Amino acid sequence: MRSADRPLSPHLQIYRWQLTSVLSILHRAAGIALSAGTILLVWWLVAAASGPEAYDEVEDFLGSWLGLMLLFGWTVSLFYHLCNGIRHLVWDTGHALDLKSVYTGGWVVVGATGLLTFVAWVVGISRWVS
Amino acid sequence: MRSPLGRAIGLGSAKEGVEHWWIQRVTAIALVPLILWFVIAVIGLVGTDLETMHNWVGRPLPAILLVLLLIATFYHMSLGLQVVVEDYVHTEFAKLALVIVIRLFCFAFTVAGIFAVLMIAVGSS
Repeated sequence: MRSADRPLSPHLQIYRWQLTSVLSILHRAAGIALSAGTILLVWWLVAAASGPEAYDEVEDFLGSWLGLMLLFGWTVSLFYHLCNGIRHLVWDTGHALDLKSVYTGGWVVVGATGLLTFVAWVVGISRWVS
Repeated sequence: MRSPLGRAIGLGSAKEGVEHWWIQRVTAIALVPLILWFVIAVIGLVGTDLETMHNWVGRPLPAILLVLLLIATFYHMSLGLQVVVEDYVHTEFAKLALVIVIRLFCFAFTVAGIFAVLMIAVGSS
């Protein structure tokens, strides 16, 4: 069997997904998404330094449906990467590495991500409309 | 088969130790409070105009924290993306090219971000 014909591990067609592996790959995906988001951060700062016209362009983009959807995606990614990153830092100290703690911590991260995203957007939208 | 000295120094063929792993953790720890501060500050700016934003960046503490945020973010990002590339890109040329592009991008964006913050901060003082 040539090496290219060998099944990959994990064999994705028959792989049973579990919380641990999904959260692991999502940490990477969120990190990559946030890397793209840094373009917005620097664009926003440079536009603010450039003047009102450039700043209006950023504001218009962020207020558009595409801009709002991207912002929402980045908010979720940011809070997820932050919470799961703290979970990783705890692991680095050698704690909470047993299976039960790994699952409990995983669900805490999912819950905290949802809660923080919800609070940030509720406060943000209430400021926007007022 | 390693010499006692080689084992003690602990450096493999890459000729470096745990700096990559370690700095990724140090920047992660720095980013926890910086990101929380930044999110709260940005929500505070929602619905305000450019003048409010300039006044905010014009104060020393927000300006300093923004510069620290930019440095920690882009350092952390370049280390993280490098690992992703090293894990998934197996062609030596493409891997090297991508790692160089990531490094240059992160450095250029750090400089651009810091310069913008300083311009606003100095301009409004």
